[in-house]
Amino acid sequence: MLASVSSAFPAVDQDYLLEARQMQALSFAVHIPLVCFGVAFPAMVIFTEWLGYRTGKAHYTAIAKRWSKVMITLFAAGVVTGTLLSFELGILWPGFMSAFGEVFGLAFGLEGFSFFIEAIFIAIYVYGWDRLSPKRHLLAGIPVMVAGFTGSWMVIAVNAWMNAPSGFDVVNGDVVNVQPWSALFGNGHLWPQLIHMYLAAYIVVGFSIAGVYAFAWLKGRRGPYFRTAMVIPLAIACLAAPTQLLIGDWSARNVAEDQPIKLAAFEGLYKTTEGAPETILGWYEPDGSIKYGIEIPKLLSLLAYHDPNATVQGLDTVPEEDRPPINVVRIAFQTMVGIGTMLVALAAWFLFVFYRKKRIPETKWFYRAVIAAGPAAVVALIAGWVTTEVGRQPWVVYGVMRTEEAVTGAEGIIFGYTALVLVYLVLAGSTFWVLRRIARTPFTPEIAALEEGPGTAGAKGPESGGKAGHDAGS
Amino acid sequence: MPVADVPVLIMLVGIAAYVVLGGADFGSSFWSLTARGKLGGEIREHTHRSMAPVWEANHVWLIFVLVVCWTAYPEVFGSIFSTLWIPLIIACLGIIMRAVSYVVGGVADERGVVILSAISSFITPFALGTVVGAIVSGRVPVGNAQGDLVSSWLNPTSIMIGVMAVTVCAYVAAVYLAGDAKRNGSEEIAEAFRRRGLGAGLVAGAVAAIGIAVMHNDAREIYDGLTSGAGLVAVLASAVAGLATIAFLWMRRYELARFCAAGAVIAVVAGWGIAQSPDILPGLTVSDAAAADNVIIGLLVCIAVGMLILIPSLLLLYGLVLGGRFDPGSDRNTVVETRVGPMTELGGPRPRSVVAVLGVAGVGALMSIAFSSGAPLYIGIAMVLAALAIGCVMLAVTLVTAEESD
Ligand code: HDD
Ligand code: HEM
Ligand code: HEM
Repeated sequence: MLASVSSAFPAVDQDYLLEARQMQALSFAVHIPLVCFGVAFPAMVIFTEWLGYRTGKAHYTAIAKRWSKVMITLFAAGVVTGTLLSFELGILWPGFMSAFGEVFGLAFGLEGFSFFIEAIFIAIYVYGWDRLSPKRHLLAGIPVMVAGFTGSWMVIAVNAWMNAPSGFDVVNGDVVNVQPWSALFGNGHLWPQLIHMYLAAYIVVGFSIAGVYAFAWLKGRRGPYFRTAMVIPLAIACLAAPTQLLIGDWSARNVAEDQPIKLAAFEGLYKTTEGAPETILGWYEPDGSIKYGIEIPKLLSLLAYHDPNATVQGLDTVPEEDRPPINVVRIAFQTMVGIGTMLVALAAWFLFVFYRKKRIPETKWFYRAVIAAGPAAVVALIAGWVTTEVGRQPWVVYGVMRTEEAVTGAEGIIFGYTALVLVYLVLAGSTFWVLRRIARTPFTPEIAALEEGPGTAGAKGPESGGKAGHDAGS
Repeated sequence: MPVADVPVLIMLVGIAAYVVLGGADFGSSFWSLTARGKLGGEIREHTHRSMAPVWEANHVWLIFVLVVCWTAYPEVFGSIFSTLWIPLIIACLGIIMRAVSYVVGGVADERGVVILSAISSFITPFALGTVVGAIVSGRVPVGNAQGDLVSSWLNPTSIMIGVMAVTVCAYVAAVYLAGDAKRNGSEEIAEAFRRRGLGAGLVAGAVAAIGIAVMHNDAREIYDGLTSGAGLVAVLASAVAGLATIAFLWMRRYELARFCAAGAVIAVVAGWGIAQSPDILPGLTVSDAAAADNVIIGLLVCIAVGMLILIPSLLLLYGLVLGGRFDPGSDRNTVVETRVGPMTELGGPRPRSVVAVLGVAGVGALMSIAFSSGAPLYIGIAMVLAALAIGCVMLAVTLVTAEESD
């Protein structure tokens, strides 16, 4: 017997929908920044370790060692918040899982194996320092990196399918003719979403880690250790940020094609318009106008279709109950794009100074900006997901199943939600505390001596820590 | 056997693996709490050290079972998770607390942390045990939260299985830690865990015996299944394995004791499967609940391929841990080469390569802007990403070496 979209799990009382959504959103907002460190950090750690072996300089190895401890700490938090997410899929959205589990389940199956591999090799990597030969140790890091990629690939495949569902038919309320492979991997949204998310992880991690050492730089700790630990993540983030612009544009074109109402919500475009303008800032009014916005003629058509005179479909083409909450989506989208643009400006500043003067910037404002860039990137990350997820509303499976058909009929979710908030606070607090402890571990004498050079006041002092921990609490 | 039944077997294997491996993890924090006095600190340290490298991998078994369930039997997953959301969320909160205690325990021996992890070691197995009890006693009807939110999991069978889960965790943990301590040469700790293991094993056996009696009254169908035919064979096998593991523990043959403990768990789980078949939930047989055949076959292919990678990796990890390679002091025994490849001064990239990379990136970007679908778009994106990867390495090396000339 096939699960049915309409009959087996009839729609329930809708009081729980809001609570369920908030619980889901909170859990994602905690999980996603954490997993960025499982996705993007391994490559940076391995690169730094390789530099150390390659040049024989001790401070590179010391950086890699310390970073790997941060990595496994955040990994642990990522693992348990992810476990909670898979519980929540069933607890909060049983209707969705019952009807469509068989369509997208395979991807989660493969994801499970990625997690196994990541968990196994991250342990070998972190506990294997000085116990495995350098070559084997480096090799142990590779699967961590690969599994971080395949893990996000699989989970994004599911999300891309929710945005552009295919690979099944609905006959009399039953899901039939399920073709899981083409549903998951033959999906046009998969590649732009995956690459955009993957780059976002590098941007988040790059700026967050660089921010920690930028803070140290401002405090006068500028020896080789601190400098190297800042420039490596900064280099990666500064190149990933402009690339993100390009991929974001690709994502937007995909949305324009497959989810025109979502695009209209990004922009608050009420009426179908030829040569549509882009409106920046402002507030969408129920009558379909945008108050206090700055209008740039024809830009939206140009961005969405790469043609200034293209026609853009408006919100008025669907009934009101088929539209997502416009202001949430629109503000989230503009936040992401705004922050993305500022990060590109920061990157350009850095690269320009380095190109012209062959040194890193000296003004304090640059370092302050780098410190701010880490949390800003996390905000962009979450704003991006709010854009995608809330923009998909009122559908959980776009155009096929409404969210209210997916939600649980159980009472009392609010208590689970409250307990969850408390436990997350404990998790965030203790992760933060541990990161500070890691940052305060004294250096080995060798590194401490290296940091004693000129201009490194308080070199033996604690590495300013904990900044990376803001992610755990976000 | 119909293909629709295979995933249920895989789930049972996954559950057994989670009980033996993940269970040892929960049980170990139970022992950390009870460890006091002069041995206490050592016991806690030993416990942390032997579990830390493996606990994350051990927990993935749970995810594995869930994922197989929602792919192969989506309706079953939806029904169980909506009706039993309370114990499930309790279990989950317990798992989060467990992670907190690992993370913090790695850097400090704090009493609060020990208590936190001990709480999680009680509530997680107990809550998951009550979930099993609810399914076993037929209290989860098909549908969206159709069962009673409280009595479905707070009932004699559930409570009994919950208690049993806690004791089994304590038992498998003691056996594991005793073996690990012996290998480590800490005879005193090994003995301490041996005593604890014997105690926990006897309690687990007694709980199991009481459990059969409870099910006689509370879950008659499963009782009948377990006391006749193949179900009875499984129960007897489990009892024999259970006695054997205690005997091996007595004889200080910890490896054998571990295998027998796993065997006892597998036999019980198998008995559960036999007693409950062909139904998976009341009125819903396994084959009715199953997804379409092509989905199940796809899933099995994924699992087969995944296992080909997973099993060698797990063996590698356990080989290193059980071989003592991660023990304290073992770093001094390893001959460590200090470098990989030729050690030369790193130079920045030549200007020509920089221009080439920028060129590839630029052309790729133009292609991806000009084409909105098809091969040119994807080729363009691939060019940009390749240039990005190479560019990151070049820039990072340049920046790092520029430091020497600063
Ligand atoms: C550091 C994070 C970050 C930054 C700087 C940007 N984005 Fe983004 N964006 C994400 C992080 C993100 C994300 C969180 O990763 C999302 C959510 C879903 C996804 O695939 O990526 C996302 C989604 C997302 C979507 C929706 C895709 C969908 O609904 O399927 C669009 C259209 C854009 N982005 C466009 C942009 C543009 C034009 C940016 C240029 C400045 C930009 N993003 C910067
Ligand atoms: C864009 C979204 C997501 C990304 C990129 C992502 C990525 C990851 C990664 C890389 C990990 C490994 C742990 C770490 O590095 O900290 C992880 C852990 C996990 N994620 Fe997610 N995830 C996402 C969303 C989800 C969703 C929607 C679910 C739930 C169904 C989920 C379930 C899990 C689980 C269960 C784990 C723990 C695995 C383990 O035990 O090792 N994730 N996630
Ligand atoms: C990648 C796999 C993902 C899956 C399978 C997934 C699944 C779901 C489901 C089933 C819902 C509930 C139904 C709905 O409201 O539409 C939901 C809602 C939501 N998700 Fe996702 N999601 C994914 C990624 C993410 C990520 C990474 C975020 C990031 C923060 C996120 C943020 C949200 C939010 C904010 C909601 C609530 C929407 C609302 O308020 O209406 N999702 N998601």
